[in-house]
Amino acid sequence: MRGFQHRLSEFDARGIRVVGISVDPSDVSKRQSQKLGYTFPLLSDPDAKVIRRYDLLHPGAGPKGADIARPAEFLLDSDGIVRWVNLTDNIAVRARPQQVLDALNRPSPVGQ
Amino acid sequence: MKRKWNWPIWVGFVLVLAGLFSYEFFARFPITRDFPWANFLLFGIGAALLIVGLFRAFGRPQAYRGKIFGSFFAAIAVLCVAFFSYVIFYVLHQVPASAGAPHVGQKAPDFFLLDQNGQPVGLGDLLSNSKGALLIFYRGFW
Repeated sequence: MRGFQHRLSEFDARGIRVVGISVDPSDVSKRQSQKLGYTFPLLSDPDAKVIRRYDLLHPGAGPKGADIARPAEFLLDSDGIVRWVNLTDNIAVRARPQQVLDALNRPSPVGQ
Repeated sequence: MKRKWNWPIWVGFVLVLAGLFSYEFFARFPITRDFPWANFLLFGIGAALLIVGLFRAFGRPQAYRGKIFGSFFAAIAVLCVAFFSYVIFYVLHQVPASAGAPHVGQKAPDFFLLDQNGQPVGLGDLLSNSKGALLIFYRGFW
């Protein structure tokens, strides 16, 4: 997410709102975003309700066997339709900002 | 005659340890995290030096030290690389398939969550007055 913070102005310029979502409680997110200088919102889903709704639960992968989110990125248009999605098969490999910006630059599918 | 210090064993061993413990550092940059080639490079150089050192120790034991501690260090180095490879090639790939995650063209499920300041944020809020949203689900800092 550090990379997305670095290039946040490019997402702002395209009118794309960037948010992070995890099981972290708000106070942990607040501490981390202050420490790392993140200016986009970090949303807190402590019961993993939304994470489950998106089928992104990684059961038992957190501390003390807690359920957490697997890494995933979704680019939505203004109607909330998924335009691009990245479901990594390696926890250490996440989407890079350039991939998302490239997806934004591609022409929309027919009918848009 | 006093036997000579077998430096490749020591330097090789230190490089293998450096390869293991520098993971956290190299993982900060996508270019060295997506595939940890920098760590494997350190392992490779370290292993080559260890082999050179062991050849010296066993080939000319009257001139070089290191038959016992060299073997011991080499065994630890092998364990380090095996553990690292297990994590990189197996543990990191244990990710759920998420077949039910929203596909391209589908509507993203709605949500309403608190941000880091305790302010409620809904998907509708993110999409109003914007051209779209990027949702980044992450494992968390705990």
